[in-house]
Amino acid sequence: MFSYCTDPSTLEGLSWLSCYLTTGKHLNLYISVVVVLVLLAITAPVALLFGFGAASAARSKFLPLRWFGKGYTSIVRGVPDIAFFLFFVIALDQAFEWMRHKVKCPDWDQPIRQGIDFVVCDAAKLPLSASPQWVHETYGFFLAVLTFSIVFGAFAANVLYGAMRAVPRAQIETAEAYGMTTRQAFWRILVPQMWVYALPGLSNLWMVLIKATPLLFLLGVEDIVYWARELGGTKTERFTEYPHPNWHVWYFAALLVFYLCFTKVSEVVLARIMKRLTKGQATAGGEAQRKAAA
Amino acid sequence: MKSLILGTAALALSAGMGLAETVRLGTEGAYAPWNFVNDAGEIDGFERELGDELCKRAELTCEWVKNDWDSIIPNLVSGNYDTIIAGMSITDERDEVIDFTQPYTPPDPSAYVAQSADIDLESGVIAAQATTIQAAFVAEQGWTLVEFATPEETVAAVRNGEADAVLADKSFLDTVVGDDLVMLEKTEALGGGVGMGFRESDAELRGKFDAAIQSMKDDGSLNELIAKWEVSSQW
Repeated sequence: MFSYCTDPSTLEGLSWLSCYLTTGKHLNLYISVVVVLVLLAITAPVALLFGFGAASAARSKFLPLRWFGKGYTSIVRGVPDIAFFLFFVIALDQAFEWMRHKVKCPDWDQPIRQGIDFVVCDAAKLPLSASPQWVHETYGFFLAVLTFSIVFGAFAANVLYGAMRAVPRAQIETAEAYGMTTRQAFWRILVPQMWVYALPGLSNLWMVLIKATPLLFLLGVEDIVYWARELGGTKTERFTEYPHPNWHVWYFAALLVFYLCFTKVSEVVLARIMKRLTKGQATAGGEAQRKAAA
Repeated sequence: MKSLILGTAALALSAGMGLAETVRLGTEGAYAPWNFVNDAGEIDGFERELGDELCKRAELTCEWVKNDWDSIIPNLVSGNYDTIIAGMSITDERDEVIDFTQPYTPPDPSAYVAQSADIDLESGVIAAQATTIQAAFVAEQGWTLVEFATPEETVAAVRNGEADAVLADKSFLDTVVGDDLVMLEKTEALGGGVGMGFRESDAELRGKFDAAIQSMKDDGSLNELIAKWEVSSQW
């Protein structure tokens, strides 16, 4: 990266380190940090949306919808994450390809399953084998977002379902007394008030989600833990200009600091949101706030 | 999201037109000198050069894909890439699941590396990478086996005393022996050489690479590559 990096074996100390930390391989590590952050930024709202949908469905008066909401939460919560990640993603990918195969290659006469091979026509491959590597990586990334959202959506659904039931019945009754329909009472009274009950559970989920990102490598997305392992491994002179012994401990220490800082910042932000949500609520926290102000 | 996928797929379709057939090569990227990730973050090593040359001879466009060793066969059969080129020895068990080309390196002895040369293998703990011919061999002998996901970890286990010795391809262990580790004189003849793996339904593509390997054997360029990277004995 820097002009003095052409012959690293002559460098020492800080200048060596500055060259070492800016190799193409390290840039991959920095990119993976961004990938993880983007993944979290997309997954969290999508999972919350899934959770909200499932929690509302589980409360529905319409029986099949209620079954769907409750079935989704109990099944996904009951399956170990790692099994879900290994099985579900391959199944999802094959389902997409199978549908595309049916549409695009109606004349295909060979079976799709040949022994353990899963064979679809070239035009049905997702992404196409001719597409550049970044398309494959983006596709893998979106599969990851979808899978994370489904898993964490189920947990969020359970939290939100509980939170909806925790809103005092008297609030809904008052709404009904004012002549609001069920729908109006749900959106105007229940939803704004439930967040204060949901937030402790949701913040736990967020913390677990942050730490679950190493599961990404199972889906073929190279995350920070993968690169820390790869970069920290012993490097001999024959294959690199920057030979070093096993430096796993330093890379994992850096990861530790990264995750600790990240969770600390999350805690601070969540505490602020909690304070804001508590305002004017008929809870112990809301009461304390009111007394402090008076 | 659906429209986004369709959008990228459409983009990819238009971008891919007019090119020769694209073949995706799957490798591990953690097994120097066979395959590893170089300073620039790209796949490098004996198999990188070999694969690129084979693709040129077979007139195919090739794309390199990195995949964990553990799931390298499942991802091949489910179609995430088209071939495995990752120092994979040809064995009967693997041949039941996938098909191999002819070997591109001859069968070579596996070697042991330990902290001292006077170790007793039968009573000791032997480290090997999971789902390799070496792990299968140690298990067959009835010795105590500890498996690790990556080659690096098997060597680290010997360094920190968790295992007494590691069994792996000699060419890989040659890169790790140094002041604190020694190679034992005892070697084991395992596997039937290293070949490229294909889906059993993909005989046509396998034929193309088979022919390309044969042509590299015939003109001696394969031996030159083997000598350059010191991966095995020559043909």
